[in-house]
Amino acid sequence: MCLGIPGLIVGIKGDTATVDVAGTKKDASLRLMEKAAIGDYVIIHAGFAIEKVDTKRAEETLRLIRETFER
Amino acid sequence: MKYIDEFRQKEAAQAIIKKIRSLSRKEVNIMEICGTHTHSISKYGIREALPENIRLISGPGCPVCVTSATDVNRIIEFSRTRKDAIIATFGDMMKVPGTDSSLQEEKARGADIRVVYSPLDSIEIARNNPDKEVVLFAVGFETTSPTVAATMLGAKEAGLRNFSALSLHKLTPPAMKALLDSGEIKIDGFIAPGHVTAIIGARAYGFLAEDYKSPCVVAGFEPIDALLGIYMLIRQFEEDRCAIEIEYDRVVTWEGNTRAQEVINEVFEPSDSLWRGIGNIPGSGLSFRQTYSEFDAEKRFSMPKGVDAEPKGCQCGSVLKGLITPDKCPLFAKACTPEFPIGPCMVSSEGTCAAWYKYRRIA
Repeated sequence: MCLGIPGLIVGIKGDTATVDVAGTKKDASLRLMEKAAIGDYVIIHAGFAIEKVDTKRAEETLRLIRETFER
Repeated sequence: MKYIDEFRQKEAAQAIIKKIRSLSRKEVNIMEICGTHTHSISKYGIREALPENIRLISGPGCPVCVTSATDVNRIIEFSRTRKDAIIATFGDMMKVPGTDSSLQEEKARGADIRVVYSPLDSIEIARNNPDKEVVLFAVGFETTSPTVAATMLGAKEAGLRNFSALSLHKLTPPAMKALLDSGEIKIDGFIAPGHVTAIIGARAYGFLAEDYKSPCVVAGFEPIDALLGIYMLIRQFEEDRCAIEIEYDRVVTWEGNTRAQEVINEVFEPSDSLWRGIGNIPGSGLSFRQTYSEFDAEKRFSMPKGVDAEPKGCQCGSVLKGLITPDKCPLFAKACTPEFPIGPCMVSSEGTCAAWYKYRRIA
């Protein structure tokens, strides 16, 4: 039930964001976010953005995996 | 899908498994405490891919499953007696059996019970039905409780007078502590839930390393995340280290989502809570604060007491504590199936029994 999916914020109106999740547009409330802007990736759970995806760290994790494991 | 597909690559998964196999020597029990992990581990065959000295045990990580039979019976009784009420609930809760019925059966008998994707949907139901009392049957861990709390803030701002919730939210760290204190099961380390921790912050597990010498890695839910989390734990075991580490650092921080924490604290306060199979765990639930009592279904109605009787023969309690695997339950895949579930762990797609049935059943 704690399933959360990453999506890209493509629009914001009031405290509701329009989020692109794999090509489908969904509404997500931003009431639990300190800051969020168009272009941010966020994790969506039960109609709310619950946290940002730190894209730099995601790339860093993938780079570490390549370096540590796939040599 | 961005930030999902990259964490499902087969070659990377195989490389991590190889590394785990070459590194791991000790016999260890690792508990995952999130239904989404349980599902992912079964789906991608991670348990089978690991060497035999690493045992993965599924814990009480599915909020639907840990909701007590008492509380299911209470909401069923409420739906029978309050004909002016609409009950809003998350989909997984519909089929969860109480002692002699489920919300789905009550709906078939005429009770007005509606499935919501977001708690916000229940506000819309309340707005559209001003002559009805709308009660949200609110289950969930720390990932979900802020969404319900934010919904309550919205309901207060909107001045809704026909909306309330039965707060059965559960907190993860007290349950981990209760399992370790019970001494019933040996757990050497934990895979902690990524999205719960996105809210509460990884610091919340400090007591595991300090008081219990139990390593803990907060992991994401894709197969690479789960494997990397296990690798990080194995490294701690083999190096005789004991620390809290974050694998899922693209989403999880040490502090967590402080805004979400504030919203929870505005509406709720910690309270005791009854867990299926485990019993009462002090400080493991969330109750409405006095300032939000108008939205507290417990106070608004005289909620039925409900009896605590598990379905006959059901071993979900032992499954939830990691004491037995689902195939050791005599009902598993015989009397109890996803089509006709007897216990909650077979109902929810994240339940341990459902995951075993779907991915591990040998015909």
